[in-house]
Amino acid sequence: MADLSVKIAGVEFPNPVIAASGTYGNGECFTDLYPLSRLGGVSCKGMTIEPKMGNIPPRIAETPSGILNSVGLQNIGVHGFIDYYLPTLKEEGNVIIANVAGATIDDYIAAAEALDNTDVDMIELNISCPNVKAGGATWGVTCEGAASVTKAVRAATSKPLIVKLTPNVTNITEIAKAVEAEGADSISLINTLLGMRIDIRTKRPILHNNVGGLSGPAVFPVAVRMVWQCYNAVKIPIIGMGGISTWEDAVEMMLAGATAIQMGTAIFTDPWSPIKVIEGLNDYMDKNGIKSLSEITGQVKPY
Amino acid sequence: MSYYCDRYPIIEKKSISKDTFSMTIYAPEPAKAAHAGQFATISAPGFTLRRPISICEFSRSKGTLRFVFEVRGKGTEAISLLNPGDNLDVLAPLGNGFTVPDTARRVILVGGGIGVPPLLALAKKLGDRSTAILGFRDYSRIILADEFEKYGANTAICTDDGSVGYHGLVTEPLSNTLKNVGADLVCACGPMPMLNAIAKVCAENDVPCKVSMEQRMGCGVGACVVCSCLTVRNGQEYYSRVCKDGPVFDAKEVKFNG
Ligand SMILES: Cc1cc2nc3c(=O)[nH]c(=O)nc-3n(C[C@H](O)[C@H](O)[C@H](O)COP(=O)(O)OP(=O)(O)OC[C@H]3O[C@@H](n4cnc5c(N)ncnc54)[C@H](O)[C@@H]3O)c2cc1C
Ligand SMILES: Cc1cc2nc3c(=O)[nH]c(=O)nc-3n(C[C@H](O)[C@H](O)[C@H](O)COP(=O)(O)O)c2cc1C
Ligand code: FES
Repeated sequence: MADLSVKIAGVEFPNPVIAASGTYGNGECFTDLYPLSRLGGVSCKGMTIEPKMGNIPPRIAETPSGILNSVGLQNIGVHGFIDYYLPTLKEEGNVIIANVAGATIDDYIAAAEALDNTDVDMIELNISCPNVKAGGATWGVTCEGAASVTKAVRAATSKPLIVKLTPNVTNITEIAKAVEAEGADSISLINTLLGMRIDIRTKRPILHNNVGGLSGPAVFPVAVRMVWQCYNAVKIPIIGMGGISTWEDAVEMMLAGATAIQMGTAIFTDPWSPIKVIEGLNDYMDKNGIKSLSEITGQVKPY
Repeated sequence: MSYYCDRYPIIEKKSISKDTFSMTIYAPEPAKAAHAGQFATISAPGFTLRRPISICEFSRSKGTLRFVFEVRGKGTEAISLLNPGDNLDVLAPLGNGFTVPDTARRVILVGGGIGVPPLLALAKKLGDRSTAILGFRDYSRIILADEFEKYGANTAICTDDGSVGYHGLVTEPLSNTLKNVGADLVCACGPMPMLNAIAKVCAENDVPCKVSMEQRMGCGVGACVVCSCLTVRNGQEYYSRVCKDGPVFDAKEVKFNG
């Protein structure tokens, strides 16, 4: 058994594979197959200070090698999460990451404050959700917006802070630098790319929201590129995601600069995929005599 | 209640009508856990999303699960190309099936088109306590009717074009049956407008009604909240998950136009 552990902002993960926010509920849904403790961590469903009903269905469409979703942050609210899900998560899981979203800065602050004295290990600021009308990605597409939310939340909590970036920007490194400057301990990327599909028979979009976020293997090369660019722009550790479905993808993402990775859509295709990635990484390390995954982070040899 | 995810051998495949296939797999663990009205998600080779397909029948003694599905698009087509000897990647059993109280002596099963399969497992369980009213577009689309009969369900067929059986919608014979003989429970599966109409007829006749809903799915196990169905409980509207809170709902709780 290789030592798969990684460390981000002082938080130790037994392995680098984290379930991506919005694809794994609050850790309760896959325990029929394997215990939550097999994963390095789980990023919980995006939560807002007040419960949210979410968008009108259909909320999912298939695309070549991927999917579009337009859930619109349906969730039971931060307090519902703390009362209802957190105790079990703490008992059964490893690192618990609360993914937080809001329409206004005050929403973000209220959510972060509510989580501050709980068992949550880290906060992941979602300034990149493309599926809500107010807030969400509107914060993540400008340096000023991203910086101001990061600064406000940084002041509101002592929890390690991850800021999750949207790929729907011209230059992601500027946003990465802006949130680093305001005290982010880590960045995670990428959230989904805005997309659309149309049923040619009915001339209707498949998603009732008309547009939605693209994820899955289709976005993987975009994610690798953005992680690599950010790795070269900031010093804080990066959690890489977007289309990872095999251990080879995970190694590639780490070579580009990721310290840990998240998996989402791949779990829909094969619920065992995170376990297969962990096992694959273990074999890869054993075969190549790698003592720590930090030996491969950022080790791509670019031309 | 627990589910499994593995690759299970296909032991039988049959074409049972135009574009409709029956596939049986050897899957002892899911078969043991299954209930009528639950479903599986089946991996379609080459596609990102698994396809939700109802469990048509299960045999705990033989360790088998049977699916009956129509080729609608590319994913179901890819599944239909698999053959005995190949493995089917199946996540099952999922969701809440039909719960029928032991006291229910007369249960009417109403199915439309490709909504018919999940009701067969119920007919198998209920035998002559069940009456089946099955609707199809025309005679070429009729599936499984003889098997409902075999399990003891008094079976009526309706076709949209009148080519076989009753000419018209399932709601007319249903309404007549409810008025003339009554029922303790109606269980329905089929297209949304049909379910809506059935729910109305049941409400008018004050007979409890369970409906099996469809929605596009991601995870199939309650994690991603994409498979929403607008429901109302205690006067409050909210989106339930078809995969986890359903697919079978009390018709009174479903907002069909939501
Ligand atoms: C709980 C449940 C039980 C079902 N049981 C059966 C069954 O026993 N037999 C049967 O023939 N069909 C059943 N269906 C419908 C079946 O899932 C769809 O026909 C199938 O997913 C279509 O896939 P496709 O690749 O052929 O079509 P495409 O149109 O190419 O599919 C594109 C995407 O849309 C999804 N999709 C399209 N239509 C539906 C639909 N009606 N419901 C849910 N997702 C859809 C697909 O899963 C896929 O993700 C059931 C659906 C649900 C939700
Ligand atoms: C159904 C669905 C819901 C999602 N919900 C959230 C969310 O609530 N918060 C968030 O930060 N990201 C959310 N995401 C984005 C994922 O966490 C991830 O960034 C993205 O899907 C790319 O990774 P993947 O290709 O491995 O899925 C969601 C993605 C999907 C598919
Ligand atoms: S399909 Fe994911 S919650 Fe139903």
